[in-house]
Amino acid sequence: MKSEPVLEATDIVKELGQGAGKVRALKGVSLSLMPGELTLLMGPSGSGKTTLLSILGCILAPSAGSVTLAGQRVDGLDPEALAGVRRRNIGFIFQSYNLFPTLTALENVRLALDVRGMSAAETVIRAETALREVGLGHRLQSYPRNMSGGEQQRVAVARALAGDPAVILADEPTAALDSENGHQVMALLARIAKEKGRAVLAVTHDPRTHSYADRIVRIEDGLISGEERRVETGENITRYDLTRKRKANG
Amino acid sequence: MILTLAIKNLFHDRIRLAVTLVGILFSVVLVSVQLGLYYGARKMIVAMVDNANADLWVTAYGAKSFEEGGVLLNQKDRHAALSVPGVASAVPLYVHFSEWRKPGGGSTSTIIVGFNPEDDGLRPWGLIAGDESSIAEPGGVAVDRTYLNDLGIIGIGDTAQIDFGRVRVTAITEGIRSFTMSPFVFTTLNRARALQNQPSDAFSYLLVKLAPGTDMARARTVLAERLGNREVLTKSEFRDRSLQQWLFSTGAGVALIGGALLGLLVGTVIVAQTLYSSTKDHLTEFATLRALGSSAGYIHRVILTQAAFSAIIGYCLGMAIALAITTLSEATALPLLMTPWLAAGLFAITIGMCAVSAISAILKVTKIDPAMVFSR
Repeated sequence: MKSEPVLEATDIVKELGQGAGKVRALKGVSLSLMPGELTLLMGPSGSGKTTLLSILGCILAPSAGSVTLAGQRVDGLDPEALAGVRRRNIGFIFQSYNLFPTLTALENVRLALDVRGMSAAETVIRAETALREVGLGHRLQSYPRNMSGGEQQRVAVARALAGDPAVILADEPTAALDSENGHQVMALLARIAKEKGRAVLAVTHDPRTHSYADRIVRIEDGLISGEERRVETGENITRYDLTRKRKANG
Repeated sequence: MILTLAIKNLFHDRIRLAVTLVGILFSVVLVSVQLGLYYGARKMIVAMVDNANADLWVTAYGAKSFEEGGVLLNQKDRHAALSVPGVASAVPLYVHFSEWRKPGGGSTSTIIVGFNPEDDGLRPWGLIAGDESSIAEPGGVAVDRTYLNDLGIIGIGDTAQIDFGRVRVTAITEGIRSFTMSPFVFTTLNRARALQNQPSDAFSYLLVKLAPGTDMARARTVLAERLGNREVLTKSEFRDRSLQQWLFSTGAGVALIGGALLGLLVGTVIVAQTLYSSTKDHLTEFATLRALGSSAGYIHRVILTQAAFSAIIGYCLGMAIALAITTLSEATALPLLMTPWLAAGLFAITIGMCAVSAISAILKVTKIDPAMVFSR
């Protein structure tokens, strides 16, 4: 059974800057995220990955094109309305974890739930559950400064997960991690996609992450340059087939 | 979580918190002292009027304050007043600046208050030694304990010279202070006149008491008509006139209020500066919150909670110091006044000051771009 995309961006154009300094960061990008899939967005620096992630995450508004999230058109909404959309539908994971250094792991996760207007008791239950899910049940009262990079990123994953969002967007989630922690975090994201039916998109340069992806989307110079989909061949061998090759002209 | 985040953000940088609290504390103490002086001065200025048993005051035309009424009224005025329907009593009161020559040499300015001990007009209150009848003894006067040193005397039985006659301290009061810094000296009406060589029927004010049920406005109009070139003031009007004279015409009140405003300004600037720098330091965290979907209002509440929490701690510390200063000032000639209402008002002012201080920080986060979280 083919499910509907939870996030769909169509013909996205984004111009940054003004006047002579204006740059077209995205030149007509279309991308859909399906529930239960871990998608990697890969591309060289300056290719438009972060701009696309910002637009998909309802942080930036596109100059043209449409974004539909959970059946709702979100392009053209004002900043407060976009914040509401993020609150209800999106979990973020950042390259530098972006945890609050003054708060414990539990409080960091609770904060993301408090923003959603949940009661204090509910935030505690949900935050504890999310932290246990990422294997940090023993680190609830630890401060970020006392945790390893991998643990901090898992707190960030728990924070993204706790609000039960339809979409999780990760910006270079393994860039600051060593190999072992990088694999752990990617395995976690893949598990979240599969077991919880979330649409997970990770922007990455890291080739170690390939094996966890259901789909790899490549972006170059503001355009989707190719897309590969995971094909299970048995005997623990995974192959990625090119499913789309496209170059638009602005 | 807002409270947790706000408090943890505040305590994260303890030096900055200390600077913030010192700023608020300094502001609270300065404003408390200035307003305490202001209200203390008000209380001193109106104390005589408030303690007098009078519905209406008959004064010489243009009397600027209680202390500056002159000695221009006489028995004719009193008889005219008593002839007005509804006037139950018209008690003469003598008030005039005088020169007190200290027994050990030197002199100081005093204000002599002459009253009839048998009249229910204005009597010295807070007597801690002697009584009203002792003031009626030959040469008897009552002075306040606060000014014994200024008057060059030690206590009961000491003598001094006032203008043209000798006086003897026969009673001592506690808490009758003078805003003019010239101590009040209570004596009998006749002795006051005699000490200053005034006519035997001269006085400064008539303290008019109306019979129950009398229409005050009407009685006042009739009094004014019959007394001609005199003024008839309600208690409230005479209070206001005295306050106007001493606090505003002399500029003293303006200076005190100006000092309080300066304290507020200094506090606001210090708190605004520290809150702004704290917000700037936590900008990435606020951008993260915004990216996570928090409303702008949520972030504003975090900053305002930080400001309010700083205000509460700073106020408590500042008020403790202000209360200590107030207590120490009680025995001085210029006591500070601190009432529950003033303390509550100061708390509201402190909260307001910190809220205003938060504006620059709020403006900073209002411009925050949540996309910055991806650039790190």
